[in-house]
Amino acid sequence: MSNEIELIKDPGLPEHKLRQSDIDPKAADRAERQVAILFGLSALGTVLFIYSYLFISTDLFVFIPFMGEQNVHQLLLGLGFAAALLFIGLGAVHWAKTLMPDHEVIAYRHELRSPDIDREEFVTTAKEGAEAAGLGRRSLIKRTLGLSLGLVGLSPILLLGDLGPLPGNALRTTSWKAGTRLVTDPGDRPIRPEDLEVGAVAQTLPELAPGKDHHSLNDIAKDAVLLIRLRPEEFNLDAERLSWTYQGIIAFSKICSHMGCAVALYEQTTKHLLCPCHQSTFDVTRAAKVIFGPSARPLPQLAITVDAEGFLIAQAPFNEPVGPSFWERSA
Amino acid sequence: MSARERIAGNIASYVDDRTGAAAWMKKNLKKVFPDHWSFMLGEIALYSFVILLLSGTFLTFWFDPSMREVVYEGSYVPLQGVEMSAAYASALEISFEVRGGLLMRQIHHWSALIFIASIVVHLMRVFFTGAFRKPREFNWILGVGLLTLAIVEGFLGYSLPDDLLSGTGVRIAHAIIQAIPVIGTFLAFFAFGGEFPGFIFIPRVYIVHVLILPGIFLALITVHLMLVWYQKHTQYPGPGRTEKNVVGYSLMPIYMAKAGGFFFIVFGITALLGAVASINPLWLYGPYTPGQVTAGSQPDWYMGWLDGLVRMAPPLEPVIFGYTLSLNILIPGLIIPGIIFTGMALYPFIEQWITGDKREHHILDRPRNAPNRTALGVMSLTFMLVALINGGNDLIATNFDLSINQIMWFSRIGIIVLPPLAFIITKRLCLSLQRADRELVLHGRETGRLVMMPSGEFVEVHEPISPEKAWLLTQHEQNAPLELADLDQRGVRRPGLIKSKLRKRFAVAHAEQVAKPTLNDVHELEGH
Repeated sequence: MSNEIELIKDPGLPEHKLRQSDIDPKAADRAERQVAILFGLSALGTVLFIYSYLFISTDLFVFIPFMGEQNVHQLLLGLGFAAALLFIGLGAVHWAKTLMPDHEVIAYRHELRSPDIDREEFVTTAKEGAEAAGLGRRSLIKRTLGLSLGLVGLSPILLLGDLGPLPGNALRTTSWKAGTRLVTDPGDRPIRPEDLEVGAVAQTLPELAPGKDHHSLNDIAKDAVLLIRLRPEEFNLDAERLSWTYQGIIAFSKICSHMGCAVALYEQTTKHLLCPCHQSTFDVTRAAKVIFGPSARPLPQLAITVDAEGFLIAQAPFNEPVGPSFWERSA
Repeated sequence: MSARERIAGNIASYVDDRTGAAAWMKKNLKKVFPDHWSFMLGEIALYSFVILLLSGTFLTFWFDPSMREVVYEGSYVPLQGVEMSAAYASALEISFEVRGGLLMRQIHHWSALIFIASIVVHLMRVFFTGAFRKPREFNWILGVGLLTLAIVEGFLGYSLPDDLLSGTGVRIAHAIIQAIPVIGTFLAFFAFGGEFPGFIFIPRVYIVHVLILPGIFLALITVHLMLVWYQKHTQYPGPGRTEKNVVGYSLMPIYMAKAGGFFFIVFGITALLGAVASINPLWLYGPYTPGQVTAGSQPDWYMGWLDGLVRMAPPLEPVIFGYTLSLNILIPGLIIPGIIFTGMALYPFIEQWITGDKREHHILDRPRNAPNRTALGVMSLTFMLVALINGGNDLIATNFDLSINQIMWFSRIGIIVLPPLAFIITKRLCLSLQRADRELVLHGRETGRLVMMPSGEFVEVHEPISPEKAWLLTQHEQNAPLELADLDQRGVRRPGLIKSKLRKRFAVAHAEQVAKPTLNDVHELEGH
């Protein structure tokens, strides 16, 4: 035995095994019939599709176990379409597998790299081309061309300038002003403190400015406010924040300080507000302090009181921007 | 010559006179492709793309990408009289008034899910078998690009109907844009034409979704396929298969029938799903308004990992020199995905740097024979899986009666601890499998037949495996790690010592193997 390492040898392609349909003409005929049946089923699928489209009423429902109440038109239309497609595919594959030749063929690979001579000639040609254009010699042309191409590229970018306005002060303002009434959403009815029982939650918006008949989505995205009524002794607030509440009613921006979802889940027993998007959890008794989740800031609190007629109003606008953070937020 | 042959011949000759296509066609109709089920994953992605184009075009005939406010007067009773955007109203019209509209909407949504799923599984196949190695690095990068675009395209697509669920998704995308340092606020105002949600976002998303991105897809997919064609497909190892050949079946007629048939199978199964499995029943969500949200808000699965990362992020939001840096959004929403996708795109070059291997590879690796790569892949998947699980933490909590806080903490710790653990376990498993292969070649397979020896001892009879199987288990190369000297010939320390030391450590880890059996080993055993 030599000391050289001998590897296990490649035995080469295994011998080809004939299929039943290669040897037995009956088997081949059987395969042909199977393929024909599959294609035939596809045709039936299309017939079912056409029939459902034209003749089955769209308001017919039927109960099917595990699927519940189903629209017959939709269901048969879909099943017909699926069968029409699926059986063409199954037929074609069965055809290929049983009746088309299944001898493995060998093709040879060639190295992808070009022969050295071609590479050299390519370099020469490229160099000659550059030389002929005078790129190397005429540097004035090269530089001015670079300058003009660079500048012309700026214009399409500049053209995008009117995609949107500059932010300005928009992210810092809402419709809330001192004295704005809180109204129900939906309904736009002003709210008295006695409308809210202890433990209740209400979604509110600022009253509509005169001349407006509905709240635009842009406004709602900044104005939505949650009212929650607790017993006053349940609050754990400093004097200033306590003065922003009214008889146990506290108001927070409903727009999450994390990514702007509506903070819509309130758990009465724990007095926690939860954002369903990323589970930031805010403690209502401590001015919506974040006690869990990715949000880094409490929900902005709206200072409220009542007006002469006894309706809830804002004492002042929000004292900070509502909604998710942005670069210039604390600037 | 029959009349039919004469007509076909005339047409072919007419075309060839003007194009000279015959020479190219005769060669390529006989082009050989290797056969394996895992090569159909990319096909599923391609066919899903075609299905998306067809079903999507149908939807455009009725969909009105406008945020104009309208009052719904269609046939769906619960929403009659409700104010909504024209986009949502037309999505309802497609679902209830257009015959076959709901079917097409559901086919479109299902095939989007299948499109991205098949890209991901196709990518896993290419990664774990080392198909990205030279000369296919370009195609790997194209693939990573296509996956990225597919995720964006899918998100934009399900944002279009402007229902309460999708609007919430757009709100989150808006917050991510707005969190970008320095320019974020401006970018958000430019993208949305002002404040969120504005009136122009849906029309803009629409043109990106139906024109710009599909155009880019078409171009990239064409190049991706042309490269596969031109470079010839990789093949799995086996008897008779070498780096120099392709063993398989010819395009005409086998693959025309099989691939053509498979298109119809994929379309048929997608249509079946569209017929019986309800998806995105947007009439239940209602129109979008920023003041409302549904509990259990979930993105489509391919965005779930991103949402999971955002959910588990710690509440970090430092104010630096008076400016707010939302790390709680930037790290999970942009930085980690950026690192993952860039790292993925660069992986072929990283592996080449580690192994120093500059040769072409056309025979695929069995994943166990590249333990380091396989372990790295499983590690990345584990990371994604933990993130994805956390993306559904609210549903897991409600369905399994668990505390959401516990799931969140499990994910926060798990995303750091579990991936390295997965790496170690996978690598050991691969090496064990290599050992098992070695045993199999040297001692044959266990037959389960017990024989009593004259001495009374029981032994199990082993049967030698076939030469084909022995070849399959031993055909792979086992290369020693790249040699890198710390000192050059004159005994002077090389520049970049730290980099070279790092490379050496990687190279050693990458080359860890169980020696494959050779004929010498076999002979030695027979000698006993």
